[in-house]
Amino acid sequence: MTSIPLQIPTYRGSTEGLRDVPHLDEGVALKKKDFTSASEVRWCPGCGDYAILAAVQGFLPELGIRRENIVCISGIGCASRFPYYLESYGMHSIHGRAPTIATGLATSRPDLSVWIVTGDGDSLSIGGNHLIHALRRNVNLTILLFNNRIYGLTKGQYSPTSEIGKVTKSTPAGSVDAPFDPVSLALGAEATFVARTTDSDRKQLTSVLRAAAEHRGAALVEIFQNCPIFNDGAFDVLKDREQAEARIVRLVDGEVIRSGDRVAVRAAGGGVEMVPEAELGGREPLVHDVAATDPSQAFALARLSEPGMGSVPMGVFRSVARPTYDDLAREQVAAAQEKAGGPATDADLEALLAGNDTWSVA
Amino acid sequence: MSVKQVQRVDRVVIRFAGDSGDGMQLTGDRFTAETAALGNDLATLPNFPAEIRAPAGTVLGVSSFQLHFADHDVMTPGDHPDVLVAMNPAALRSNLGDVRRGGTLIVDSDEFTKRNLARVGYDANPLEDGSLEAYQLHALPLTSRTVEALAEFGLTRKDAERSKNMYALGLVSWLYNRPTEGTERFLRTKFGKRPQILEANLAAFRAGYNYGETVEGFAVTYEIAPAPAPTGTYRNVTGNTATAYGLVAAAHRAGLPLVLGSYPITPASDILHALSGMKRFGVTTIQAEDEIAGIGAALGASYGGALGVTTTSGPGLALKAETIGLAVMLELPLVIIDVQRGGPSTGLPTKTEQADLLQAMYGRNGEAPLPVVAPRSPADCFDAAVEACRIALKYRTPVMLLSDGYLANGSEPWLLPAVSSLPDLTVEFTTQPNATAEDGTPVFRPYLRDPETLARPWAVPGTPGLEHRIGGLEKADGSGEISYDPDNHEKMVLLRQAKVDGVDVPDVEVDDPGAATGERADVLVLGWGSTYGPIAAAARAVRAGGQRVATAHLRHVNPFPANLGQVLRSYRRVVVPEMNLGQLRMLLRAQYLVDVIGYNRVRGLPFTSSELAEVISAHLGGPSDEPTDQTLRDLSADTTDDLTGAGR
Repeated sequence: MTSIPLQIPTYRGSTEGLRDVPHLDEGVALKKKDFTSASEVRWCPGCGDYAILAAVQGFLPELGIRRENIVCISGIGCASRFPYYLESYGMHSIHGRAPTIATGLATSRPDLSVWIVTGDGDSLSIGGNHLIHALRRNVNLTILLFNNRIYGLTKGQYSPTSEIGKVTKSTPAGSVDAPFDPVSLALGAEATFVARTTDSDRKQLTSVLRAAAEHRGAALVEIFQNCPIFNDGAFDVLKDREQAEARIVRLVDGEVIRSGDRVAVRAAGGGVEMVPEAELGGREPLVHDVAATDPSQAFALARLSEPGMGSVPMGVFRSVARPTYDDLAREQVAAAQEKAGGPATDADLEALLAGNDTWSVA
Repeated sequence: MSVKQVQRVDRVVIRFAGDSGDGMQLTGDRFTAETAALGNDLATLPNFPAEIRAPAGTVLGVSSFQLHFADHDVMTPGDHPDVLVAMNPAALRSNLGDVRRGGTLIVDSDEFTKRNLARVGYDANPLEDGSLEAYQLHALPLTSRTVEALAEFGLTRKDAERSKNMYALGLVSWLYNRPTEGTERFLRTKFGKRPQILEANLAAFRAGYNYGETVEGFAVTYEIAPAPAPTGTYRNVTGNTATAYGLVAAAHRAGLPLVLGSYPITPASDILHALSGMKRFGVTTIQAEDEIAGIGAALGASYGGALGVTTTSGPGLALKAETIGLAVMLELPLVIIDVQRGGPSTGLPTKTEQADLLQAMYGRNGEAPLPVVAPRSPADCFDAAVEACRIALKYRTPVMLLSDGYLANGSEPWLLPAVSSLPDLTVEFTTQPNATAEDGTPVFRPYLRDPETLARPWAVPGTPGLEHRIGGLEKADGSGEISYDPDNHEKMVLLRQAKVDGVDVPDVEVDDPGAATGERADVLVLGWGSTYGPIAAAARAVRAGGQRVATAHLRHVNPFPANLGQVLRSYRRVVVPEMNLGQLRMLLRAQYLVDVIGYNRVRGLPFTSSELAEVISAHLGGPSDEPTDQTLRDLSADTTDDLTGAGR
């Protein structure tokens, strides 16, 4: 097999996600209400989705891009109603397939900022295949994964992120499925941007969304989201100020990774563990590096999250730059056209159809 | 050099058969190119195992390529070969049953070893036991002659033997007076970077040609005059290549980029391969992670204003069903190409069938109609692909193009079209509001339809002021807002159906030569898709025998041409041959209440014209004969034949 070197370096840092998207004219600014559609929002009262919608509507004006160049594509599930409420272009597609549609759209339209809104069932169960391939291809997409660890729209069955033993309508004796950790999965799928945030921390949510939108490539943001009807309180330990202080591991680029009085150190088995700073005993605390080429430390941090939520890293796990699928695909087309001297004419097409071996009948 | 007699014949069917690794497809391709260059009309039928390299020397591993060429227009690759080139006992065993009695056998006698004979169940060597007396047998040591001819090149025996297909090609090229320059040029291009291999292949090819000149065994060589054909420039083209060209031409005429989302599957993959090399024409190919992602990417591209296309076959179409349903709901242009193969399930990946028609029509949840277009010959795949794109763009709908394995890999001469003669497919995106709200402000209503075509506006993302949401949920007529209203749902179902029913489809033409002189036929043979060639050839044979028969062929399977009901009712009997168990027949009966009669076979092979001629003749009896569908015959006899590979 021949392989053509495409000169694809892995390099650090990428903030060019919106490079080709038309920006608003100087002095023009949009407001939150510009992103609020006329559709009545129909999530259950108290749903975490409201907070995320408000955060997105509130922060989109900060990007300074034209509203009509934002497209939000969703699959099926409670979260996937999101596009209806966002005043922009949007498509509420079919279960699990939003990444496929978004891939086709982003590849053919570099001038669009393409967002996917999905849930844990939509993206990790029926759509798991498409999610991992969108991530490994590094299509220029921003993926918001609302994780409530339950199926809401179908009224309360366990999901691929539900903890093992979960008692639900379809698992009266407790589920026997081991769950996925979305961050581990994304890192394993060679994602270039992976973050985790929560519906209850508007400030962190907004900063992570901004970084994700500006990332050139596939950005996956897991958002812990409470379902007050079928899985209420799933993330309560992270919302109680005192408990959260002791459990949330804040990931800040360039700073020591810490949670309350604990810091992260390299564990004996090669992973990461959190130990009280006072008991470091000469061990070196780990400093977070979002742009590390090697994803091992990011993965080790992702493994801290266990169902009991004793240590839950939040923030940006990884943000590295790698050429995107859509850029490379467009470059190949552009290169072929440039080499041929511009857009195809009728004569060019006729030459194509004729091939190399013709004969004439007079 | 002895003086040979040259005999003119009007048609020849030749089949090259050998082991999968013997290069029979290449040999057939080259002979086809030589034949096309001479101006003969032709049709080809490659036939190969699904396995890339089935066990060598077995019947399962036999790969063949059949070519029918003539001095008149050719409708099919031919029923019974006049010449069989068999490179080993397995190839002889599995193909002999098809060869015309009195036909010519050219056999590599080197391969007829005890071991090889035993492997395919020959007790005695058929080259020696007189069992081939009914044929003109040329048992030639092709392998050892090839090795001798290449002695000076310092190749291993194994490498030298690999050129034996070129030796055979040279011999057959001599026999039929084919020009050799094209093949020599081809070899130079193919092996230009490997001079030793190039020289060996050239030497083998020439040695084979010269062997024909010098050997005493062949009494005559044959000449076939060029076929009369409309003036113009021709090339030989396969169905898959013509399909790819049709897509590119349609996108060019529409002024849109073409985006193919696809997942490799036999026998559709060659369309993906062809399009991936056409980037210069603004073509993007996305090889997706699965069939679903392939069509998803195509639909996403269509949403963004490109011409989205997906290609698949058999089981792949099943996987795409849900996204096709979404496309029906979104009312966006999308072209789905199904290169049908034997099913169900994995079925017969490399063999042909027409059994996806009902899946194309109805294989989705809910009332989800879409137009269905079917090409009738390899070159016609070009026009059919353009037509599918035209309907998709004009009516904003997914369109199914039903090709099949026979069309995909078969080839025929193609009169090259002038691009300016192709339909103008220019599309106008919607850029302005199309309605006024109650308070007088201009608004965009994404499901406000064109009153004539019922197509909805195509307003692509990036268009200021027309921001809107679409999706799989039922929409309110006009506004496109989510609606669960019962009356609205019924209206939308009816509108989507009416849009497809209203697609502009030309009347079906009937070929009934006697009709002009008041001597109409009693029987109409109606087909769709790749059965065109065998039906036309069969009708020609029946008419040559002094009997009357009418034929008609459907390019549009959904909606049907407006005159179809009247056509069906104007014949005493309508016979519908299909490579399925009667799917078009079912549609015709249901829609027109006409008791059409089926002739149905599912052997993974195209009909032969002689079997259809027999079927037609049987129906030409008086009005008293009992019309019955012919589907299942004596299963025990057929099955035994098929298992031994001895043909019918």
